[in-house]
Amino acid sequence: MHGFTMLPQSQLRPLLDAYAHAVATRRRIVLAGAVLVLAAAALSAVGAEVRPHVFWANLGNFGSYFDRLTQLDTGARVWADPVSWYWGLRRWSVQLGQTLLIAYVGTVTGAALGLAGGVLASRNVTPFRALRFAAVRVLEFARTVPDLVFALVFVVAFGLGPLAGVLAITLHTAGTLGKLFAEVIENIDMKPVEGVQATGGAWLSQIRFGVLPQVLSNFASYGLLRFEVNVRGAAVIGFVGAGGIGQELIVAIRRFYYSDVSAMLLMLLVCVMAIDLASERLRSRLLAGDHGA
Amino acid sequence: MAAALAVYAAGLMMLDISPTRVWHGLGQLGTIAGLMLPPSAGGHFLLYLDALGQTLSIAFLGTMLAAGVALPFGFLAARNVVANRMVHVLARRSLDTVRSIDVLVWALIWINVVGLGPFAGVLAIASSDCGSLAKLMSEAIETADRKPVEGVLASGGGRLMTIRFGLVPQVLPIFASQLLYFFESNTRSATIIGIVGAGGIGLHLYEQMRVLEWQEVAFLILMVLATVAAIDVVSRRLRLAIIGRRGA
Repeated sequence: MHGFTMLPQSQLRPLLDAYAHAVATRRRIVLAGAVLVLAAAALSAVGAEVRPHVFWANLGNFGSYFDRLTQLDTGARVWADPVSWYWGLRRWSVQLGQTLLIAYVGTVTGAALGLAGGVLASRNVTPFRALRFAAVRVLEFARTVPDLVFALVFVVAFGLGPLAGVLAITLHTAGTLGKLFAEVIENIDMKPVEGVQATGGAWLSQIRFGVLPQVLSNFASYGLLRFEVNVRGAAVIGFVGAGGIGQELIVAIRRFYYSDVSAMLLMLLVCVMAIDLASERLRSRLLAGDHGA
Repeated sequence: MAAALAVYAAGLMMLDISPTRVWHGLGQLGTIAGLMLPPSAGGHFLLYLDALGQTLSIAFLGTMLAAGVALPFGFLAARNVVANRMVHVLARRSLDTVRSIDVLVWALIWINVVGLGPFAGVLAIASSDCGSLAKLMSEAIETADRKPVEGVLASGGGRLMTIRFGLVPQVLPIFASQLLYFFESNTRSATIIGIVGAGGIGLHLYEQMRVLEWQEVAFLILMVLATVAAIDVVSRRLRLAIIGRRGA
């Protein structure tokens, strides 16, 4: 007929039945999952006091908020008069610079601590079992507590200003990088380490000459990635008084200085994107160099 | 290397960070840590539990909402679904912009629109996440195998059918596991946004810190840590189950 022969009905039937059964079972599982998710969504909608009518009624506010963001006090559009839009350019630049420095210093210090923590927390090179357990727990704690919460506590302890921000970012970075570093170290080739050990090298020289050369480019790439995240983090850490442009931004938002808000947000956006781009280049160079070696 | 260290040293100077200040602050921190012990709910346990539930609701609903918005955008931004370069570039750029605005800033904006409270938190999490989610989704779609799509085309399927039967079955498990991951991280974000007034346990955390009730602060932080740890465990199990089903 068509160049192929159909199985006789008596043999085809059970196969088709089995197929229908398999599909039906899968459908049931998917359906049950969907119902579960929807039920959870409904429950949390009650918990989160979702009010769709308020949302619809005020959705216009959302549009007009952005409209007001692009308006100067005089009513003119911001791009018509960039000079008065960016009246505080010098001040904001200084604060943006401070934010970048907070992110940088916090990332570097955090990476150094994370390196120490990562070495201690990795299964294959840690000197003592008990030390490893402690290091893993400390890193976990530093990672789980949001940096803003750290910043809140540090503002009380160290006073208002960038120091609190730097420390908060340092701690959080040490936690996240420490875990990543430990994972990288656990995957290294142990032969160089054994070689150093065989020539009589102490634990520290084993780390220095056996472990570090293998992992450094990987660590640098992770560190850069973390720096990108920390620039964003440093910008909002100012919200609680820990220095940088965030301090100025939240005042502007709270007091409805619309054109200031848009000016600072735009500066921040451009800055973040430039850093993302630069670090993406650097990272691909780092990893490429790694493969070439 | 030398330049990096020079910037570091200059940074320490310009930010006015000195060993004495750090030392003094560490002393203060020690005092605070002492005051935190023992952690205590101060008789507000039920109130805090309710707030924690609210935080979880914010995280869950925010993630779901973000996924709903991100799904179509993810397909639009994927090179192998929409061939038009303009649409592709435009979608990518706008997603990047949305992603660069922090969740706290979104929260402040949404508070202006829907008022103080958890609903603003839900919308903030949804807005800040839909950018990154859409980007991840478009990447998952781009790396999907072409062959099932071609198979559907060869058997006479239309454009929508290739997406439904060729792409969706491949990318759905990846989406699901990414969503779980985002839910985890959103639980943390949802804690924070309470600080600017968008509901949840962060509000209480901020208030108790303001009045220096350190025992209650410690209790709240422990509650958050325990919840995050529990969600981590559950979602890791679920993720393994989902990815495992794909392998089968």
